[in-house]
Amino acid sequence: MENQPTTIELVQASLVRRKRKERVLKGLGLSAICFAFLMLATLVISLVASGHSAFVQTHVTFDVFVDPDEIQENRLPRGGFDDALAASLARHLPDVDMSDRATKKQVEKILSNGAQFHLRDLVVADPNLIGQTIELTVPVSDPYDQLNKGGIDPETPEENRRLNDQQIAMFDQLIAEDTISKPLNWGLLTNADSRFPELAGLKGALIGSAWALLVCFLISFPLGIGAAIYLEEFAPKNRFSNLIEVNINNLAAVPSVVFGLLALSVFIGWFGLPRSAPLVGGMTLALMTMPTIIIATRAALKSVPPSIREAALGLGASPQQTVFGHVLPLAMPGILTGTIIGLAQALGETAPLLLIGMNAFITSAPDGPLSSATALPTQIFIWADSPERGFASRTSAAILVLLGFLITMNALAIFLRSKFERKW
Amino acid sequence: MTILPFLLLIIGATLAYVINCRAATSLRAGGATLHSSPGYHGLFAGLAVIIPVMAITLLWMFLDGAVIERMILAGVPAQAFEGDGAGAVSLVLTEIQSLAGGRVFGEPEPWKQEAADRLNSLRSVSSILLIATIVIVSLAILSLRRARLSPEMRARQGSERLIHGLMVFCSVVAILTTIGIVSALLFETIKFLNKVPLTEFLFGLNWEPQIPIREDQVAASGAFGWIPVLIGTLVVTVVALTVAVPTGLFAAVYLNEFAHRRFRAAAKPLLEILAGVPTVVYGFFAILVIAPALRSFGANLGLDVAPNSALAAGVVMGVMLIPFITSFADDAISAVPQSLRDGALALGSTKGEAMTKVLFPAAIPGIMGGVLLAVSRAIGETMIVVMAAGLIARLTLNPLDSVTTVTVQIVTLLIGDTAFDNPKTLAAFALGMMLFLVTLCINILAIRIVHKYREAYD
Repeated sequence: MENQPTTIELVQASLVRRKRKERVLKGLGLSAICFAFLMLATLVISLVASGHSAFVQTHVTFDVFVDPDEIQENRLPRGGFDDALAASLARHLPDVDMSDRATKKQVEKILSNGAQFHLRDLVVADPNLIGQTIELTVPVSDPYDQLNKGGIDPETPEENRRLNDQQIAMFDQLIAEDTISKPLNWGLLTNADSRFPELAGLKGALIGSAWALLVCFLISFPLGIGAAIYLEEFAPKNRFSNLIEVNINNLAAVPSVVFGLLALSVFIGWFGLPRSAPLVGGMTLALMTMPTIIIATRAALKSVPPSIREAALGLGASPQQTVFGHVLPLAMPGILTGTIIGLAQALGETAPLLLIGMNAFITSAPDGPLSSATALPTQIFIWADSPERGFASRTSAAILVLLGFLITMNALAIFLRSKFERKW
Repeated sequence: MTILPFLLLIIGATLAYVINCRAATSLRAGGATLHSSPGYHGLFAGLAVIIPVMAITLLWMFLDGAVIERMILAGVPAQAFEGDGAGAVSLVLTEIQSLAGGRVFGEPEPWKQEAADRLNSLRSVSSILLIATIVIVSLAILSLRRARLSPEMRARQGSERLIHGLMVFCSVVAILTTIGIVSALLFETIKFLNKVPLTEFLFGLNWEPQIPIREDQVAASGAFGWIPVLIGTLVVTVVALTVAVPTGLFAAVYLNEFAHRRFRAAAKPLLEILAGVPTVVYGFFAILVIAPALRSFGANLGLDVAPNSALAAGVVMGVMLIPFITSFADDAISAVPQSLRDGALALGSTKGEAMTKVLFPAAIPGIMGGVLLAVSRAIGETMIVVMAAGLIARLTLNPLDSVTTVTVQIVTLLIGDTAFDNPKTLAAFALGMMLFLVTLCINILAIRIVHKYREAYD
């Protein structure tokens, strides 16, 4: 019995082990956070690495002789625009034998498929160009674009690359002639979708998303605020308001694809609204955004101190005058913050839009909320599915554009909150 | 054309506001004592115009397409639909509509041309009628309100009643949405169950929803047993939670107990970014980075990892769920009363022991609620699995294999053209119904747990 350690000895003996356990827990926590950050960093870096090249586009600048033999005014808009372009480009390639059909085809293939339509539009707009020589800057086709950006390595064996030695030699010749340039790719924002990566752009998707968001805002903002004010300020505590509250909480957690099913079956099937229309997309997104706005609005209304209400009521204002004249204006910054965050979520939402057909291949920008369109996230989905190499970098670039919009919206929300939020 | 009715509506309401406001002002100038201020007289009249007329306009716009369709079809000779089966009606209708839109292909039959002309005239009659209705109803209400205007009129109470009604309507939209979801899913699911027996759907081990292209095609009846799809969903969900739950909980423990205040303030918003990234971006991230990385890592270990393995989709989904779990766990731990923490520390426990032995167990119910919500998210998550998981339903528990999930099947079955009469599209709604029910149960359970727990300490 005399050797029994005292409590303090016991504690000290175990302290090393306990401290070690604490360090382990701390280390695990820190590594968990590091893992999350590592994933975030990988996500951003991989997107930038694969997407940055799509923000520039390889162009070739050369003098085009609008050959009257190929292009006649009375046959417009038909004509041998591709032949005229190829013949003009071949003047920069003295070693190429243009009488050989296969070689001629290869020279044609350097240029983007859109080049001939660009020339056609120019000539149709001004037929006097026939017979003249004009300087033209047009995109090159995707394989050459990849070659210029380093996506195709000339060192790999010939049979494993998409361009053979002769094609690379032609392109090197064009570089040597100083005709190749790599300007900023405005086409990414100003072109609509296309089958050819070098011509595909986000214009249609941006306009489609803008329409859908506008519809979403117009529906969800008034409805959400109205419902929130009612539930927070006026609703009697009874089963009906309880039911509505449970309902809204559940709606906020319903999977987005279910909202797509609702839209497909009700808006398109029963009401007969057109498929692929931003109007339907916006209505669907509005139903999904409404719970977010309601919850944010209620939180903002709750944070207005009761003394404001009591003061207004005490001076003889009616309950509605109190809310609309005093509480709501004070809650507005919080409401707007919540609305912007809700709209940012709606902008990134994809699944319900797929179900209502906003993933169609549409080569022109929509002219209204009822015409077929894609949205930014569905366009990303379409491009991610396309096999061409050029679409991989465009997908990343489109994602960066989408993330740019989301960051802007969230920054705006944070700015609003910090600028106007009042602590009582 | 669709803008004009709304424009008229706004003009009518503004007119009502201005006229009644002015009339009330002139009454007051004439020496009368008004019960309500002129603004309320105007507001009451404006609301009295805009609410019913708006309702009429929206109803009209929703219904006139269907009504006109019926009227056109009633005039089409019956032999046009003979022998073509179910799609014939919509085909004829589409043809008539494109004729009416001026897109003529070939030489249309005379009755079609006639129907198209009638469609055009019906459409213009409908829009003229709508505009006439708007104008007449607005003017009628306006003159009624103007005639009723008197100093004693309780215009403020009137307009407050209308606004109250509007707010109740806004709240009811939430219920209407739920009713819409349930009835849409139920309606199509019942149609589906008329073609496929319930027992086959619930217990069948084969999911091959291909529909026959020809009637006599071999092995083309399709199989609709959802078990393999369910298993696939569970595999992906389990992988996601295996990544998200430990990471999220350890991160929450660290942020709550050990992190410096400044580190916490910087780390939390950064973590929230992970939750704000759209899921389509995660899907692309999975196919761009994670799936190839896992594949080559597996190849190094001698494992055969499918290019669209459940593992890749699950890991990325797990990353998406980390901030979700972290913020729930953080809230739950913070909600444990300070006295418990103080008590544990006063008895000589280290910070870590206070966390693992006192705070964390006390926070378990709240954390469970968060984890359950994460489960329902994982089950309902669509884009990551659509892009990164497979399409073919396999009965396997191996996460290295390619599996498919409920949401993937819903999307793939409904992309492309959809007719509401074949089992393939209806199956998507049946899956949607199951998805809705399962997530609803989990959500209700989770929200209950979270609420109950909050009340225990408040």
